[in-house]
Amino acid sequence: MSVLPYVVAVWICLVGLYGIVTSRHLLHTIICVSVVQSSTYVLLLAVGYRQGGVAPVFVDIPHTTPAVDPVVQALTLTDVVVGGAVTALLLAIAVQIEKHLHTLDPDELDPLRD
Amino acid sequence: MSSILYATSIADLAPLTVAIPFGLAALLASRLPFPFTRHYAELVAAAGALVVAVLCLLLLSKTLDSDGPVVSRIGGWQPRDDGVIVGINFAFDSLGAALALLAAVLVGAALVFAWRFFEAVGPTFHALILVFLGALTGFALTGDLFNMFVFFELMSVSAYALTAYRIERAASLQGALTFAVTNSVGAVMILFGIALLYGRTGALNLAQVGEALASRPSDGLVVTAFALITGGFLVKAAIVPFHFWLADAYAVAPTPAAIVFTGVMSDLGIYAVARIYLTVFQAPLEPHVEGLRAVLVGFAVVTALLGAALALAQNHLKRLLAFVTISQIGLALIGVGLLTPDGVAGATLLIPADGLLRAGLFVCIGAILHRCGSVYQSSLHGRGRVLPKVFPVFFGAAVLGLAALPPLGAYPGKALVEEAAGEVGYGWVAIVFVVATAVAAAALLRAGGRVFFGWGAPHETDTDPREPPAEESELTGSRGRVPGVMFASAAVLIVAGLLVAAVPGTAEDAQRSAHAFADREAYAAPVLGRPPPPAEPVHLLHGGALEVVLGLLTALGSIALAVALLRDLVPLPRPVLMGFERLRRQHSGQIGDYVAWATVGFALLGGLCALAT
Repeated sequence: MSVLPYVVAVWICLVGLYGIVTSRHLLHTIICVSVVQSSTYVLLLAVGYRQGGVAPVFVDIPHTTPAVDPVVQALTLTDVVVGGAVTALLLAIAVQIEKHLHTLDPDELDPLRD
Repeated sequence: MSSILYATSIADLAPLTVAIPFGLAALLASRLPFPFTRHYAELVAAAGALVVAVLCLLLLSKTLDSDGPVVSRIGGWQPRDDGVIVGINFAFDSLGAALALLAAVLVGAALVFAWRFFEAVGPTFHALILVFLGALTGFALTGDLFNMFVFFELMSVSAYALTAYRIERAASLQGALTFAVTNSVGAVMILFGIALLYGRTGALNLAQVGEALASRPSDGLVVTAFALITGGFLVKAAIVPFHFWLADAYAVAPTPAAIVFTGVMSDLGIYAVARIYLTVFQAPLEPHVEGLRAVLVGFAVVTALLGAALALAQNHLKRLLAFVTISQIGLALIGVGLLTPDGVAGATLLIPADGLLRAGLFVCIGAILHRCGSVYQSSLHGRGRVLPKVFPVFFGAAVLGLAALPPLGAYPGKALVEEAAGEVGYGWVAIVFVVATAVAAAALLRAGGRVFFGWGAPHETDTDPREPPAEESELTGSRGRVPGVMFASAAVLIVAGLLVAAVPGTAEDAQRSAHAFADREAYAAPVLGRPPPPAEPVHLLHGGALEVVLGLLTALGSIALAVALLRDLVPLPRPVLMGFERLRRQHSGQIGDYVAWATVGFALLGGLCALAT
């Protein structure tokens, strides 16, 4: 088992966090949130990967065939859905902010302005 | 046989506490059936909350009667003979059931408050709050790590949407965006931790993960997973330095949503930390418990004191209450962070009492906003006189309950945490409790004195230089009077908050429940289909004279401090004021800053946990 996928997962997470911290545009912030979330997909799939394993569909292969872990794939799918819901909601909020304030630059938004 | 059937049937009702609110939410969101009226939506939502509350009460009484956790195997999947869990379980004890009940009661109160709320906007609000409730009960009752994460995310997403509900106001949108981004980062960290645990143990069921980890000493992976999961939940609990989002979100959330958020959402993070540490990490991390206790209590103490201090600096009433919330969640984390059953028992008493009282205070602020059209102390000076005279009484009673006036409100929980802390050599946290509670209560009392009676110097705007914008009421209809539903919900919440922990026998029940909650073997056995280990006798704590004296000292201290502040008798030196202002400026509303602080927090938590183990 290679450590590379774990390194990649951590790297994606950190890159996304760096993006959020330094973001100068809310759309960019939201995309970076997606990037951070996607790091977990890599991590989950890496956790369940088995060298030489096949897809975990046992219809026409013996039950003893080494296969990758289907549980993490289910988790990843669920996580993709959760991430999609969060991103959609964030984008909807950003659209409304743009409509009201005609800007998405965080410096031009005063949090308590009504 | 019939007794077995009865026993399983109550436990099998547990999934309904999730299914009913979700089903009703779908019904409301789909605008079916016709003809659709506002009262229909309100009745459906209130009935849903009521049914969930009754179910949670049944489950709570069931858990109080049984020795171990109540297990509800969804789909009837039994564990394999070798003890491997198949399928997803609900496995909960009285603490989880009580938390679900608290959520149902608060959502019910919020729906009563919302009876005349947003008349024109339709039933989306009711649908969202029902989703929130269903996710919350699922989160409190489930026995599966990933299931917990999914419910947590579902609850979070509905909370983001509720915060942003008033999309015509830019502040709501910005508060919701900050809330959503910060909490999503926290959730990713939780999932990272869960993935690491799954990689190590091949299991997701809490009991089974705990069982697998117990068989070998801890290593870097276990500590990393602990730091990631704990940190992720501390983002939701708004522990310093993860707390920045909370004030922005609570200040702009509609009042009915804020009632539920302040009452139960923040406490969920604390519950999750306790649940996961005690069932998953307790065995492998047992040798390092001293160090981890120091780390968690350290974070909690900073949060309690900083939250209280910042509450003093707020002009906006909802922000003030948000910082009071932060401070009190810090106090609850002291109880859990002691990592002893008695500490958890103290937090168990603190959380519902404080939560209900804060919710009651939010209702009072909602009434002020409705009647006076502002939530800024500076512009409300003395204008609260137009409210019925019972509101100052409500307000004062709630604040004294928060200030732990013996034997009411937060007092029993606070006394128990102090005693539990003394047992492990942390007796000094009693001082933190007195200072944090007195300062937070003084901030509230000062605000109440200014608003309801016009005490103190008018137009004191040195703490918040922003020009207070006009706020429109959240309610439709006449501003000339306070609607009856506001009286009702304020009275119910505040009386419940004052009495919930003070009812004789509750403290004993909480201690017994917390001991069962903290016993990993007793939790794991029924879930894994093994006979439960013999229950150990619980040595009950009963509080001493010292706790009563400290409680009185806190309550009187808060009054004295409030009077001194109103009369300008507290000359703060200039550097202190400057430091205060710099601290306040850190709460910039900028997502980037908040996430940077959260990242620092994760690094700090991870580093300290690594040092401690």
